Amino acid sequence: MTVMEQRGGYRPSPPPAWQPRTDPAPLLPDAEPYRVLGTEAAAKADPALLRRLYAELVRGRRYNVQATALTKQGRLAVYPSSTGQEACQVAAALALKERDWLFPSYRDTLAAVARGLDPVQALTLLRGDWHTGYDPHEHRVAPLCTPLATQLPHAVGLAHAARLKGDDVVALAMVGDGGSSEGDFHEALNFAAVWRAPVVFLVQNNGFAISVPLAKQTAAPSLAHKAVGYGMPGRLVDGNDAAAVHEVLTDAVRSAREGGGPTLIEAITYRVDAHTNADDATRYRGDAEVAAWRAHDPIALLEHELTERGLLDDDAIRAARDAAETMAADLRERMNQDPVLDPMDLFAHVYAEPTGQLREQRAQLQAELHAEQEGGH
Amino acid sequence: MTTVALKPATMAQALTRALRDAMAADPTVHVMGEDVGTLGGVFRVTDGLAKEFGEDRCTDTPLAEAGILGTAVGMAMYGLRPVVEMQFDAFAYPAFEQLISHVSRMRNRTRGAMPLPLTIRVPYGGGIGGVEHHSDSSEAYYMATPGLHVVTPATVADAYGLLRAAIASDDPVVFLEPKRLYWSKDSWNPEHPMDVEPIGRAMVRRSGGSATLVTYGPSVPVCLEAAEAARAEGWDLEVVDLRSLVPFDDETVCASVRRTGRAVVVHESGGFGGPGGEIAARVTERCFHHLEAPVLRVAGFDIPYPPPMLERHHLPGVDRILDAVGRLQWEAES
Ligand SMILES: Cc1ncc(C[n+]2csc(CCOP(=O)(O)OP(=O)(O)O)c2C)c(N)n1
Ligand SMILES: [Mg+2]
Repeated sequence: MTVMEQRGGYRPSPPPAWQPRTDPAPLLPDAEPYRVLGTEAAAKADPALLRRLYAELVRGRRYNVQATALTKQGRLAVYPSSTGQEACQVAAALALKERDWLFPSYRDTLAAVARGLDPVQALTLLRGDWHTGYDPHEHRVAPLCTPLATQLPHAVGLAHAARLKGDDVVALAMVGDGGSSEGDFHEALNFAAVWRAPVVFLVQNNGFAISVPLAKQTAAPSLAHKAVGYGMPGRLVDGNDAAAVHEVLTDAVRSAREGGGPTLIEAITYRVDAHTNADDATRYRGDAEVAAWRAHDPIALLEHELTERGLLDDDAIRAARDAAETMAADLRERMNQDPVLDPMDLFAHVYAEPTGQLREQRAQLQAELHAEQEGGH
Repeated sequence: MTTVALKPATMAQALTRALRDAMAADPTVHVMGEDVGTLGGVFRVTDGLAKEFGEDRCTDTPLAEAGILGTAVGMAMYGLRPVVEMQFDAFAYPAFEQLISHVSRMRNRTRGAMPLPLTIRVPYGGGIGGVEHHSDSSEAYYMATPGLHVVTPATVADAYGLLRAAIASDDPVVFLEPKRLYWSKDSWNPEHPMDVEPIGRAMVRRSGGSATLVTYGPSVPVCLEAAEAARAEGWDLEVVDLRSLVPFDDETVCASVRRTGRAVVVHESGGFGGPGGEIAARVTERCFHHLEAPVLRVAGFDIPYPPPMLERHHLPGVDRILDAVGRLQWEAES
């Protein structure tokens, strides 16, 4: 009924009661990225954990350097290096328990390796002999995901399914600053919050999406602030401070495990290398910026802290470097062997049972290969 | 021997029954989508499931198709068997990245280590007077994506049998529900609803020797009607209901065409780049020497789906089918 119809009879009534659904204040990230190294918090950190992080960082850096070298030798099609981001990579792996799941993006090979994946198998995608070189169930590492942010809803669904089944499992999903602009980022965070799924989102803000800086990606105060809109806590952390990233991740994983729902963590870091070996970063950024970040190197930071406090001597440093060299030598040697390829694999896993047309096409390729071999002799 | 009385049921009811039986038989089956819980879906296909199995098994999700399918992928990775409802054909498009980049490829990507046993139900097709975005025939997109099965029932019995098979499949199945047949009725035996049909077999719905109409989903009843009308012209038409577009049953289709020597493919989807082109090519490649005429197509026009007041001009109808049959070079015979 309109006001006209009941002229004089209508008295404005207040809207039905409204109140905010959650108090946004506790969800807000701190004003500064959280730091441990070089602060009072460092004294409370477990020395054994710090030494472990250190050894993994050294190994991780060596892995990045070796993999980049393998691209130059034509042994890898491409390698998106995480040099400068090793603290995020290593902490992500170490913050999880065995039964938890990791959902890496295409840049997170190192996190997968730190989680226990065979270093060669982890490179299968980038070598190009198959799309994924490992059984995801073995170390609970989802396939390295190339379409940006599309792995995030998978992590949410898996975490949700685990909780429905009564399993004590947390999923950690990794994504870049550029990926945070994707629709799947939004949908995944929203689903996670509504379902209170045991999932943690780690955004490595490394300053760039290939060439595009964060300023062209978002107008948000920080990426961590986006969490508030979904009703989950947002946390900011110095992504080059391995102790800090590990602590923030561990807290978020624990909270998820205890039923506290998801957390969005933004780790402020920097992509020291070009986007991939095929990229020329001088087209979009200056040396001074890179130098400033090189000075805030995750390995140097942790090494300094540990040596200052007498927790790491020259022998321990040498041991870490030797272990990294051994890993690199093994990687080199194994990557220098040609992968065994079977073209028939192309048809083997499209469906549980190949369709009639796939059987025909397999036979065709088989005949072609046969003819090729005959011709070769 | 006791006989159970056959009862009339609608396709929608058969689909509901299939979901219910699948959920009862297998606790890993989870139904999810927009409005599927309390409301029972906009077409009521999930009616009563949330009540019977709880909201964890039949879940109203947030309104986001990519999120629905993306989270279903994660659930399937963890051993569940999600059945996703897309509210309408055209509203499945936001989920295409998940569908194409992940759903269809995860098994292959992981060399079989991570199959995704999920079913994506999509109400499709026109003829219901729907306004824009409510009447699309999107099957060609799905067919063009290796790794997906694409299934569509035309009868009440198949709605049950094929949906059960889709849910039981260890591969992802796009299950296309012809929405104008939701209320079509058929008699069935509610005690033993139907057998679970294997996916990938076409079925001859009407035998005839003059020519073969190859069709599926919403066009099956239209073709049967056309076949009846064709008797007046002296044609005895065979009607093959494909039921499964992927895998494609070359055997049944070609056996029929070899017998009749003539074929018309009928579907609502546009002709250019549509399923009919593929079907005509397959038939020609396999049955060339049996063909008395080129394989013809009766399809929707190559236009965006029309507004409801004009859709009757777009949809393949009896007359258009008979016209095509008339162009199958009969002169040569006399
Ligand atoms: C959906 C999608 N669009 C575009 C690309 C191509 N692409 C690969 S990496 C990249 C930039 C990603 O930036 P960011 O998310 O910040 O991750 P980073 O590379 O910095 O780790 C782009 C545009 C892609 N992989 N996926
Ligand atoms: Mg980036």
